[in-house]
Amino acid sequence: MKVSIEINGTTVSEEVEDRTLLVHFVREQAGLTATNIGCDTTSCGACTVLLDGESVKSCTVLAAQADGHSVTTLEGLHGEDGDLHPVQRAFREEHGLQCGFCTPGMIMASVSLLDHNPKPTRQEVRAGLEGNLCRCTGYHNIVNAVMNASGQEVQR
Amino acid sequence: MIPAQFTYRRVSSVDEALAAVAEHGDDAKLLAGGQSLLPLMKLRFAAPEVVIDIGPLDELRYVRAEGGEIAIGAMSRYHDLHRDPVLAEHAPLLAHVAGEVGDQQVRHRGTIGGSLVHADPAADLPAAVLAVDGVLVARGPDGERRIPAAEFFQGPFETPLAPEELLTEVRIPAQGGAGWGFEKFTRRSIDWAIVGVVVAGSAVSLINMGGTPLRASATEAALADGASAAEAAALAAEGTSPADEAHATAEYRQHLARVLTERALVSAGR
Repeated sequence: MKVSIEINGTTVSEEVEDRTLLVHFVREQAGLTATNIGCDTTSCGACTVLLDGESVKSCTVLAAQADGHSVTTLEGLHGEDGDLHPVQRAFREEHGLQCGFCTPGMIMASVSLLDHNPKPTRQEVRAGLEGNLCRCTGYHNIVNAVMNASGQEVQR
Repeated sequence: MIPAQFTYRRVSSVDEALAAVAEHGDDAKLLAGGQSLLPLMKLRFAAPEVVIDIGPLDELRYVRAEGGEIAIGAMSRYHDLHRDPVLAEHAPLLAHVAGEVGDQQVRHRGTIGGSLVHADPAADLPAAVLAVDGVLVARGPDGERRIPAAEFFQGPFETPLAPEELLTEVRIPAQGGAGWGFEKFTRRSIDWAIVGVVVAGSAVSLINMGGTPLRASATEAALADGASAAEAAALAAEGTSPADEAHATAEYRQHLARVLTERALVSAGR
């Protein structure tokens, strides 16, 4: 079927199999490879993107379901002048990553979390990111990054 | 993992959905939020020939107070329910439970109708709807019928809905100020419950203590006779035969049911 999705402000229209997953459309049709495939079973959150502004696991959405909708990936977060998004900047400042594989998903989930709850507590950050797994950091600096991005105190 | 081949079909109204299921019957599956169906299709546990996408049916995405009842459209997503002001006022238990399903990303897509029709005995919302004596409204070729939650869950992933029927709405009595509690034991926060308990006023229902969500009838009877929370909770596992498998033995699940029931009763003010 013909699927048209506005990805990071640009409409991508491609003929794909009906069973194509959104994550494959983003990576292969749109050529945007920041979005990672981790577990591929709705657990790890590495493939998190925003669909109409809300975080979703793109391995568990059909491209067809996103037809006519808008998707934002990590590549679409930065400002017009190329400045990092506040959440990207905070992940860098707080060193909220080690290997970086989970980072695109973590950042997209954090953007959605802060959209619903602009001043979360540390506990709310942990609960809000429960759908994203990081095997390196122990999460401490990831929580710090979200606190920093929301203009709140971090824990050293 | 990629699902087996299927034909995707999107519908834009309930009537169109009913026409599509009448046309395809058993060969089709309805796709709501897809948070259960798509994983099953990726694992090839399900391989429908036709997938009918009803997720975009905004006419089924609402929460309304109607007299003493709350009407919830089947395509309302968990996230909608979690922050809905009508639910917060009249059925805070359901708003809370909807906020405990899966994770943020799953709650942005998954729907109450999808969860109920999927009828996973480990899922949270079926037990919550059972505890509040919800009624499920289905539409089919012969019109509309109403099925009490107590008759809806017939076995693991088994409901009385025919392939030509569509769940459109859930109706629950407004809860007034009735005390409520929800407890769920999981290995990781995003997992299905190993055991869960829902308390709504004097009703107690159990998650994953058998092939369907169950009412803890011995506990409810004891409460009606004036038993304390601890006394009533000690009876929570009576008559249950939960699964005995790698995640938990049946005996351990029965222990959890008793412990979690006492906690849920206490948080409900019993």
